[in-house]
Amino acid sequence: MEKLNGAQQVVRVLEDLGVTRIFGYPGAAVTDIYDELYDSKKIVHTLARHEQGAVHMADGYARSTGKVGVSIVTSGPGATNTVTALATAYGDSIPLVLITGQVSTDLIGTDAFQEVDTMGVTRPVVKYSFLCKKPEDIAINIRKAFYIASTGRKGPVVVDIPKNCQNRAYLFDYDNKSDVHIRSYNPTIFGHKGQIKRAVTELLKAKQPVMLIGGGVVQGEASAEVLQIAKSLNLPVVSTLMGISGYPASDPQYLGMLGMHGLYEANETMHNSDLIFAVGTRFADRATNKVSKFCPNATIIHIDVDPASISKTVTANIPIVGDAKTVLTQILTELKEVDGKPNADINLWWDKINVFKQKHCLDFRKKDGIIRPQEVIQTLSKVCHELGINPYVTTDVGQHQMFTAQYFKFEQPRHFITSGGLGTMGLGFPAAIGAQFANPHDCVICISGDGSFQMNMQELAIVKKYKLPVKVFILDNSVLGMVRQFQTVFYHERYSATNLDGNPNFVKLVEAYDLKGIQITDDANLEEDFKKILLDKDNFTLVDVITDTNTKVMPWLRANGSMVDMMLNDEEK
Amino acid sequence: MRQIISILLENEVGALSRVVGLFSQRGYNIENITAAPTEDKTLSRITILTEGDGSVVERITKQLHKLVNVIKVSSQQDDSVGIVEREILFVKVQAVGHTQREEIKTLCDIFKAQIVDITPELYILQFVDTSFEVDRFLKAVAEQAEVIETVRSGVCGIFRGEHSLHS
Repeated sequence: MEKLNGAQQVVRVLEDLGVTRIFGYPGAAVTDIYDELYDSKKIVHTLARHEQGAVHMADGYARSTGKVGVSIVTSGPGATNTVTALATAYGDSIPLVLITGQVSTDLIGTDAFQEVDTMGVTRPVVKYSFLCKKPEDIAINIRKAFYIASTGRKGPVVVDIPKNCQNRAYLFDYDNKSDVHIRSYNPTIFGHKGQIKRAVTELLKAKQPVMLIGGGVVQGEASAEVLQIAKSLNLPVVSTLMGISGYPASDPQYLGMLGMHGLYEANETMHNSDLIFAVGTRFADRATNKVSKFCPNATIIHIDVDPASISKTVTANIPIVGDAKTVLTQILTELKEVDGKPNADINLWWDKINVFKQKHCLDFRKKDGIIRPQEVIQTLSKVCHELGINPYVTTDVGQHQMFTAQYFKFEQPRHFITSGGLGTMGLGFPAAIGAQFANPHDCVICISGDGSFQMNMQELAIVKKYKLPVKVFILDNSVLGMVRQFQTVFYHERYSATNLDGNPNFVKLVEAYDLKGIQITDDANLEEDFKKILLDKDNFTLVDVITDTNTKVMPWLRANGSMVDMMLNDEEK
Repeated sequence: MRQIISILLENEVGALSRVVGLFSQRGYNIENITAAPTEDKTLSRITILTEGDGSVVERITKQLHKLVNVIKVSSQQDDSVGIVEREILFVKVQAVGHTQREEIKTLCDIFKAQIVDITPELYILQFVDTSFEVDRFLKAVAEQAEVIETVRSGVCGIFRGEHSLHS
């Protein structure tokens, strides 16, 4: 067996696991590993400007590809800086492995320089974590970390490696055995056969069914199966925020996003349905509104890989634990077996749904002299479509995020990258960088707000260094729009701490990095302007679009109501 | 409702803290907890006493099962039916003079408790039974003598019949 030291084993096992890109930030506790990385022919390291940015980049890399994102940081502040990014990935079940340096084992517990209990600090926001107490643990723990991160309900895993375990002087056997077995960890893949039969019977019986897709469809690569089932039974399809891109938006059976800022037709269809066929969603509070008033007449079939997500909030009538793609394939087989056809009454249901659609809840009226944010997203989506560009779109959190979810038409899975669970401002830009590294020939757009962009704008240096052609669109309304709209409606227009006075000139800001920035204040040539920007395929551009401060995201569910207790602001029209 | 949850898990770094962390993170209460390795040293068994209705306990059970280290979780609502449960109590009491010392000894005989340590002025009593009986014993002791300090182990339980966490 080959003899390698601890630091070499870290790099070798990552290479053997097929890792080609790492995002990180060095420090005292990982210098041995960085020294080995210096020689690696297979792994390219990207130096972020903040550890949070590094892990968000790995996150964007993972979300856009389905591969495990990898990041490496030092002990202490290096590790604590990653907490938000880990929690972001945990919230949306994204496969990540974070390697953290740790002080030497003999110093652990002595409050040594840059010592923090990384396992303890990260415990509530990771799927699992390892502390390598001896060098021999390194390779096997990293293999286990990849296995845990990428199977079952995916998520981030931390591997904490003390400095002395990386010791270059101590050589020991490198075990290249790739199979990993963890006695206590066996995610369910196949759905229970009896439950599959029951589900199919209910599906065929339902007069007003709806299919609800969540992030599990995107992360579980189940889009093709979802489409097939929806087509074969003529089902309307509604998506959660995280499910967006899991079903082609241009398909007439697609009704868009449900929930707090969901579309009128999506929420009405859910509320009036007699059967909800839910795949890979956890019925989060932003999706359901008040659980006790949620869809009163619906039988619920709930497919999820995580048994703890089933009946956690909304009680499922037919729970099916298993991998989304596998279970849907089983359902397709069963449908074939019983020769399942769309329900005879489905057209009556579609008649009702088409009436819901007539509400045109996303229509908005243009304003003189100021650009509406909706207009920006709608135009961007239209221009991309016309140019035949199928971009990866990342967002931050706030109004721009909801407008993107509502107005941008996503056709292919993994193309919408957003923080749904944790709601992390600051994810969008570094995630776009990660997605661009993973997809160098594709268009990557970051839609952000003037508030959110400033949370991780230090990563502009990476764009400069690697000449990444990311396009950043800032919906710049000079306020924290989402909080402000709460203040407008519920706090008598008392705008406490939502004014972003002191914003930089974003164009000059990127110019300091020798990058291109333009400001748009007028919608006269929006389409042409956007076309020009997108056709400049090789260059980064930041587009600072000055938008209306008073526009609210609508529809808007009333708190503690049902899914149809919606505010539809007609003044927007 | 009183619930006993038994957990079999791998003896890994941080395993116990993940279990305890889950309770605090999700807002569940731990009334008491016992943990120790099993005959297989790579495994530990934890018994947790908690309060909650059936649906809450089902949620806790699912979340516990989701923890990577956890091999098996079982819960039991009604302690008199499905589970044999015991708690150990040590109580240090003032025992001065022949009469008081005899009275405490008699009490121990009635409850089948043991005196495990003596000094001229103190007894340490040991009592093993269900939590309910431990409460009763403690009350009876307190009526006889001044209690200096007590320590209870928390509940330890095993299922009746064929049901086993190890199968």
